[in-house]
Amino acid sequence: MISRILSTARIEFLIALRNRWVTIAIAMMMLFSLVLSVAGSAPSGALGADRLSVTVASLTSLSVYLVPLLALLISFDAVAGEVERGTLPLHLTYPLGRGGLLAGKLAAQLLVVALAVTLGYAVAAVVAVQASGAAALAGLPALFRLIWTSVLLGAVFLSLGHAMSSLSRRPSGAAGMAIALWLVFIVLYDLGLLAAVVADDGGAFTTRVFPWLLVANPADAFRIFNLAASDAVGAASGLAGAADAIAIWKPLASLLLWPLAAALLARAAFGRVQP
Amino acid sequence: MTILSISKLTKRYGRSPVLEGVDLALSPGERVALLGHNGAGKSTLMKLVLGLTRASAGRIEVAGHAPGSAVARALTAYLPENVAFHPSLSAREQIAHYLRLRGKNPRDAAPLLERVGLGDAMDRRIGTYSKGMRQRVGLAQALIGRPRLMVLDEPTSGLDPVSRREFYALLEELAASGSAILLSSHALSEVETKTDRIVILSRGRKVAEGTLDALRTEAALPLTVHLRPREGQGPALAAAFPEAQRRADLLTLTCPPAEKMALMARLSRANGALADFDLLPPSLDDIYAQISGRAA
Ligand SMILES: Nc1ncnc2c1ncn2[C@@H]1O[C@H](COP(=O)(O)OP(=O)(O)OP(=O)(O)O)[C@@H](O)[C@H]1O
Ligand SMILES: [Mg+2]
Repeated sequence: MISRILSTARIEFLIALRNRWVTIAIAMMMLFSLVLSVAGSAPSGALGADRLSVTVASLTSLSVYLVPLLALLISFDAVAGEVERGTLPLHLTYPLGRGGLLAGKLAAQLLVVALAVTLGYAVAAVVAVQASGAAALAGLPALFRLIWTSVLLGAVFLSLGHAMSSLSRRPSGAAGMAIALWLVFIVLYDLGLLAAVVADDGGAFTTRVFPWLLVANPADAFRIFNLAASDAVGAASGLAGAADAIAIWKPLASLLLWPLAAALLARAAFGRVQP
Repeated sequence: MTILSISKLTKRYGRSPVLEGVDLALSPGERVALLGHNGAGKSTLMKLVLGLTRASAGRIEVAGHAPGSAVARALTAYLPENVAFHPSLSAREQIAHYLRLRGKNPRDAAPLLERVGLGDAMDRRIGTYSKGMRQRVGLAQALIGRPRLMVLDEPTSGLDPVSRREFYALLEELAASGSAILLSSHALSEVETKTDRIVILSRGRKVAEGTLDALRTEAALPLTVHLRPREGQGPALAAAFPEAQRRADLLTLTCPPAEKMALMARLSRANGALADFDLLPPSLDDIYAQISGRAA
């Protein structure tokens, strides 16, 4: 079973490589990291945080938008594209089940995301070390944390992309659903919470429900976890107070559970696709 | 021992039935051709056998297992109609992947592709292939690991006549080694000598099943007979065969299959006036049209 999933992952990675998704993803992450780390050099000394932690703070805010977008871009075609090309019926007659097929695709696409964020953030690290020497190395743990949480966040949105792909069965429809999903999770959700908090004006909603709603969204959980886990990063972001109010295990649990839940959702949606 | 058994199979999409009460059984080594007009339900029957869609009623068993189950998938090979592959992979990469999925050595991809005549093109991207070449990649993947049951949906579509012959030779080899083969086709003339049994579907019902000879008998279409008179014997011959029609210097008549022997006797009696004759059996297309048309 494992070897079949690996073979699927391998062929899917090859396809991603040929379709230039790997290049695009890596170039995109490297470019944005470079711009951020060069542009974000000014305020570092004032906050008493090392240079790399400052960069991680701004990378966190960037990745919240970019990683889900990248993951959805890579994954929306996974099932719908096969339906359209007509390759799905044949694949489903092979001794690899639907779960295995999806797992293989997820593994390959996760590798693309992991490569992109690792190489992208590495650029930022190099710039930080270049600028302020060994002192910046204090921020390395925060950088590692950013990498593996970005991969988890990517996994969530890859699987959500697979679910959209299965539900719409047409690439164009899947692309539309993916964009809508991104808007809801990344933009509208936070706006909605903000509006609710403002309307509530410090009432029960703000103190009891809001923290849970915040970590329930994987993107917010990603942001909070990265800002709260390192004092330096929290200080650099200026959001330490807000992040500290939430126990660190909550966003972590959210980040660990979401990939699983999203994968199960994708599997269920794929199960309903009749080739 | 049957490798595939289908009984009272019914499939509906919405309310309209696509297959109704179809029975079929295949033994190891048997080649069965499925014929029928466009929309008769051939591809649907095959998808049901593979477990790609669910039957509305009836039973299907692949070596005693449910269609689409892990065991059934391991035993079965499929060639879909209009087979497609990802255009940016080469045939060798694609087949190597399929070999790994079936637990075989991926290095077997090259000999397999050579066997279907893609030896030179196997490292090119499938996106650059012609239709027939894609079909051959499809054939190559269906040959992996000597499947016990092969389900081939219009396997020769897009193949040139020489390739078709090679393909049927390959099938004969596979059948001899014990694979059961269910294939669909549109032309009785094509599968004539290459299959052991023919099943004709019409509007989702099985309207005929048997060897070509059995179908021929069942259709009971008359033979066509051409007679050529000896020099100057035209009138004499016409007198001996008053039912014949004259066309140029030929006499043409039809003869029900049951009266073939009687006709032979008349021909030998007319020996003096007869230079030559031809006995033309009804064409396969006529037989096919007769059987599938009668049901409609
Ligand atoms: N998913 C579906 N939804 C609704 N109707 C379907 C579906 N799939 C097939 N049909 C209908 O089932 C009937 C049989 O289709 P099928 O593809 O089995 O025909 P076929 O015998 O393979 O024809 P052809 O020779 O053209 O390949 C057709 O009328 C078709 O419209
Ligand atoms: Mg068909």
